[in-house]
Amino acid sequence: MKKQVVIVDYGMGNVFSVSRALEFCGAEAVLSADAAVIEAAQYLILPGVGAFPDGMQELSGRGLVEPLRRYARSGKPFLGICLGMQMFFQSTEEFGFHEGLGILPGMVKQIPDRKADGSLRRIPHIGWNRLLYGAAKDGAIANALGDNFWGYFVHSFAAETAKPEHRLAYCDYDGFEVTAVVGSENILGCQFHPEKSGLAGLKLLARFLGEETTANPAFQTELAARK
Amino acid sequence: MIRLIARLDIKGENLIKGVHLEGLRVMGDPQAFSQKYYLDGADELIYIDSVASLYGRNNLTEIVRRTAKDIFVPLTVGGGVRSVEDVRHLLASGADKVAINTAAVKNPGLISEVSRRFGSQCMVLSVEAKQAAPGKWEAYTDNGREKTGLDVVEWVSEAVKLGAGEVLLTSVDKEGTKKGFDIPLLSAISELVNVPVIASGGMGNLDHLFDAVEKGHANAVAMASVLHYGQLTLPQIRSACRERNMVLRDYEKTSSHC
Repeated sequence: MKKQVVIVDYGMGNVFSVSRALEFCGAEAVLSADAAVIEAAQYLILPGVGAFPDGMQELSGRGLVEPLRRYARSGKPFLGICLGMQMFFQSTEEFGFHEGLGILPGMVKQIPDRKADGSLRRIPHIGWNRLLYGAAKDGAIANALGDNFWGYFVHSFAAETAKPEHRLAYCDYDGFEVTAVVGSENILGCQFHPEKSGLAGLKLLARFLGEETTANPAFQTELAARK
Repeated sequence: MIRLIARLDIKGENLIKGVHLEGLRVMGDPQAFSQKYYLDGADELIYIDSVASLYGRNNLTEIVRRTAKDIFVPLTVGGGVRSVEDVRHLLASGADKVAINTAAVKNPGLISEVSRRFGSQCMVLSVEAKQAAPGKWEAYTDNGREKTGLDVVEWVSEAVKLGAGEVLLTSVDKEGTKKGFDIPLLSAISELVNVPVIASGGMGNLDHLFDAVEKGHANAVAMASVLHYGQLTLPQIRSACRERNMVLRDYEKTSSHC
């Protein structure tokens, strides 16, 4: 039977692309903004494209802030993508100070627009970047994603985890360390878009679902097309 | 880091290709082309509805919905995007960013609205530039048919202040000619703004791409004719860029690990 994944549909996400990517991975995607459906989910994804304050407003307007916090404590797998991942943190300085879901300790801050040598760094950070693991190099994520994992990033703000062990991967953007993957127990977040990072990103989604990519015919067909 | 982007200009149901954005020739089903480019390792795709502004409508939603199904790299869609509502529809259909030209010229406030609502990374300013004098370019709309009276340098600078997060810079003079990008135009804009600049219009060979990146300081290169006519393939382009020490997504290794 297909695994069912609930995608929080709060008007801020590219839910179509995320659904398609999950279907590619062999799961069934259900879009919902219903607190009961969300809390009953076996796998939950909080996607997001846009500004943090708007995102929190859309969640709270739908009465989803507390249900999402409860889900996070339930121990069931919870993935945040891009803005969704940023909202896992306690607060942001985007358009003034705003509170987040507070699922993980830390803050979301603007990527500095100056490099160490004083020259301008292009903001937003748009494009492909390779994941680096630093202190987390022996962790499960580093092992699963490997040394040549390129993710597609589009963002101007980046998370700063309060606990260093919550940062599972980062990338180097012109000398600035961008937090790329965060996690703790059942919580996983990625700043890049796995649904837009080609086969590598699909692999991350498959891992979140506990699916073996080698057993998935769609992955095999796609790999074969490249040879 | 350089992004290699396949650009597909679409009219009705078909992928088309013209010269100077005009004299359009039908190439075929955009889905077949985009699927091939995705599997070949394109870093992004751009769809432009080439007649949307002319007829005052946008019919890309259906094509985007169909195509985005099997493409797991970013997709930018433009042509006839007029309102926040249009943007919402396209994003819900599978687009990741929208490219806006005509409507932004008519109402620059739209740039701020889109950027405020969906993030500046989503708001790509599409500029069709025609040289007016050495070192001066005028912005056009409607595939290079309508003059705007706007100086490209001033317009881009204003649009970025309003919230444009990326610039798709098409040289109408070079588009479809395969004679190379407008390098002075590219460097004028890349030096001016702090957001990524996509070079578009004129790629005919690898040297053109190298010039766009090395002399024009483009952050991404959009290509159409060279790919659609099969003159160069993305794997060829990637390996040539690597030999030139450009940083690219390590697409091949990523896939072999899966």
